[in-house]
Amino acid sequence: MAKKVEKIEVPSWDYAPSLESTSHIELKERYDLYIDGKWVKPTSGKYFATVNPANEQKLAEVAHGNALDVDKAVKAARKAYNEVWSKMPGSERAKYIYRIARLMQERAREFAVIETLDAGKTIRESRDVDVPLACNHFFYYAGWADKLEYAFPNRKIESLGVAGQIIPWNFPLLMAAWKIAPALATGNTVVLKPAETTPLTALKLAEIIDEAGLPPGVVNIVTGYGDTGASIVDHADIDKIAFTGSTGVGKLIQKAVAGTPKKVTLELGGKSANIIFDDAPIDQAVEGIVNGIFFNQGHVCCAGSRLFVQENIAERVVQKLKQRMETLYVGNPLDKNTDIGAINSKEQLATINKYIKIGQKEGAEMYQPVCSIPSKGYYCPPTLFLNVAQSSLIAQEEIFGPVLTIQTFRTVDEVIQKANNTPFGLAAGVWTDKGSRIFNLTTKLRAGVIWANTYNKFDPTSPFGGYKESGFGREGGLHGLSAYLK
Amino acid sequence: MARIEILKTYKLFIGGQFPRTESGRFYALKNTKGTPIANICLSSRKDVRNAAQAARKAFGGWSEKTAFNRGQILYRIAEMLEGRRDQFIAELQAQGVGKAKAEKEVEIAIDRIVYYAGWCDKYNQVLSAVNPVSSSHFNFSVYEPTGVVGIFAPQNTSLLGLVSVLMPVIAGGNTCLVLASENMPLCAITFAEVLHSSDLPGGVVNILTGTNKELADTLSSHMDINAIVYGGEDSEILKSIQENAVSNIKRVIVQKKDWVKPDSQDLYMIIDTQELKTTWHPIENIGGATSSY
Repeated sequence: MAKKVEKIEVPSWDYAPSLESTSHIELKERYDLYIDGKWVKPTSGKYFATVNPANEQKLAEVAHGNALDVDKAVKAARKAYNEVWSKMPGSERAKYIYRIARLMQERAREFAVIETLDAGKTIRESRDVDVPLACNHFFYYAGWADKLEYAFPNRKIESLGVAGQIIPWNFPLLMAAWKIAPALATGNTVVLKPAETTPLTALKLAEIIDEAGLPPGVVNIVTGYGDTGASIVDHADIDKIAFTGSTGVGKLIQKAVAGTPKKVTLELGGKSANIIFDDAPIDQAVEGIVNGIFFNQGHVCCAGSRLFVQENIAERVVQKLKQRMETLYVGNPLDKNTDIGAINSKEQLATINKYIKIGQKEGAEMYQPVCSIPSKGYYCPPTLFLNVAQSSLIAQEEIFGPVLTIQTFRTVDEVIQKANNTPFGLAAGVWTDKGSRIFNLTTKLRAGVIWANTYNKFDPTSPFGGYKESGFGREGGLHGLSAYLK
Repeated sequence: MARIEILKTYKLFIGGQFPRTESGRFYALKNTKGTPIANICLSSRKDVRNAAQAARKAFGGWSEKTAFNRGQILYRIAEMLEGRRDQFIAELQAQGVGKAKAEKEVEIAIDRIVYYAGWCDKYNQVLSAVNPVSSSHFNFSVYEPTGVVGIFAPQNTSLLGLVSVLMPVIAGGNTCLVLASENMPLCAITFAEVLHSSDLPGGVVNILTGTNKELADTLSSHMDINAIVYGGEDSEILKSIQENAVSNIKRVIVQKKDWVKPDSQDLYMIIDTQELKTTWHPIENIGGATSSY
């Protein structure tokens, strides 16, 4: 019997704005490419603007690297690999990586503010999640550099050479750390391309790498667009490609390296199920749902974007969820009260809005809380869709925004089937009080990361990566090392 | 009058049964002197799809068997092969392998199956991890099978290459379809008879004969196959397999080894067709004075 549902009350939360200061950050007007330990101008002479998605103001100009620049970077990386980095004892490599971690920690607040300005994510998240995790990632992998023989029993430890790394815009600094730290620890050198909408923290990281005295050419940062990334993928002297981004681009990369000896890891899209059973602690589960889909504006590859609620509690969960959504602050990412910041770019906002339209057209019932949205900048209110069919596009395709679909289920077997019925397999969440059921589900859900009674937790020691079309290879933890070893 | 020998019909092995190719086609296998020794099924694309379907159907049951049980079944395969030692030696000789070499090949194949049988309940112990995360969570990573694997058996051996690439795949709980060596297909089908009598559930291993060239595209672009193990040496076919694999982001693993050598078997060949799964769960925070027991 469904209980009578309380009416939605909209509590009025009125906080005074609490803006993080931007006075202590240093941004240049124009950034060149970081190649061979020097800042060099792009061959093309072209620069592009990176804007703050929260107010559409230009933050800086950034070099557009082309194939010639990539070639320069690869040559520098190869030279550094042959002459310095591959010969250096692991214990010495470790010290450099520790230095990077320490210097980042010292400038953590500056990184957090720049990340928020460039990516639109809330200061709370960049300060408490992105930046500390990025620092810790370097610290964690630094310690591996002289212990690799212990990681994989009976296996000869050999680095690969030059790694080409292409990272996305949703966790710009963190993704740079995920890529660079294990590559360096295992003795490889790096050519990294940040996403075009969020290049600034990678460039600040280059400053720190410079300050740490890393031998020239060990880390090279080449900014640019998709063409720059393609030049990295196609370069004949690169031994490994590590890519995080959409499944669409991941497929292009897998195809491009076919027939070459390049080693590849792909961390791609997802459409992860978050499953709530009737014995779950409902209030905690509702927090988990909110964190699962609205964390980082839903720009999370492992976002819990498909909610499955057991039928007998669906009404109550949806009611509580709507109530909770009414209290979410959408607005200036620099404000410490803000829960949902700016959508990363105009293009991404258009994509999200396209899917919201599709959802309505497909007949799903939409809910968005009443909230005020800044007039300038790219924003999207938290959105949920009820009565969604399994075949619906919004339940099948990755939206990469704060949009949640809700479906119900009756039995364990039914929800396992529904949850697995997607080409993706990145993550899943399970909420129940029953231990045996948790293990039943966690073994049967075909996904690389399972959060039981929690969601969207990350740690340098914890391997991350997908099944099926969510890609292959793992990043993080001991297992993340193997992506950079022969 | 001398007794007339009963000749064996070499058929396919799909879903635990021995059907002929649905296409009705065959090719004549000849010995080194050019004398025909058998008619071999020339599998069609439809046979590949049937085999993939059988493998998918068997995946749940096989992957959910206890690791110990999988080990016992693999060991049983070795027992069955040992019992048919002479038959395999004769078949290898019929396909042009010298006697001494043939004996060695069968012996190594048997020992290799025992080797992987032993790994079934050990690889996860060696390579899984409890990850010490900096929050109040219990976090661990374990390996799980990738799913359905398409295997292109090595071309230059009839038995040992096949066994070497197949065993790590099923030891890890995957199911598979195997394309046998084109020029030396006899042992593959006879090995299917060994599998058939080893308590291995039908559909876990499906064996097809035919040409790589004709079937590679269907196999590598099939949307319900999760990984490809390529044991051949044709770089053009490999490239097209890698390109087709993009359709559903198949993992493509190239296995090129001298299968007679002892170091051509190892733990990491099992891991090649595994996925690592990481699970998080909160730890109730007891905290305070009571935590110093």
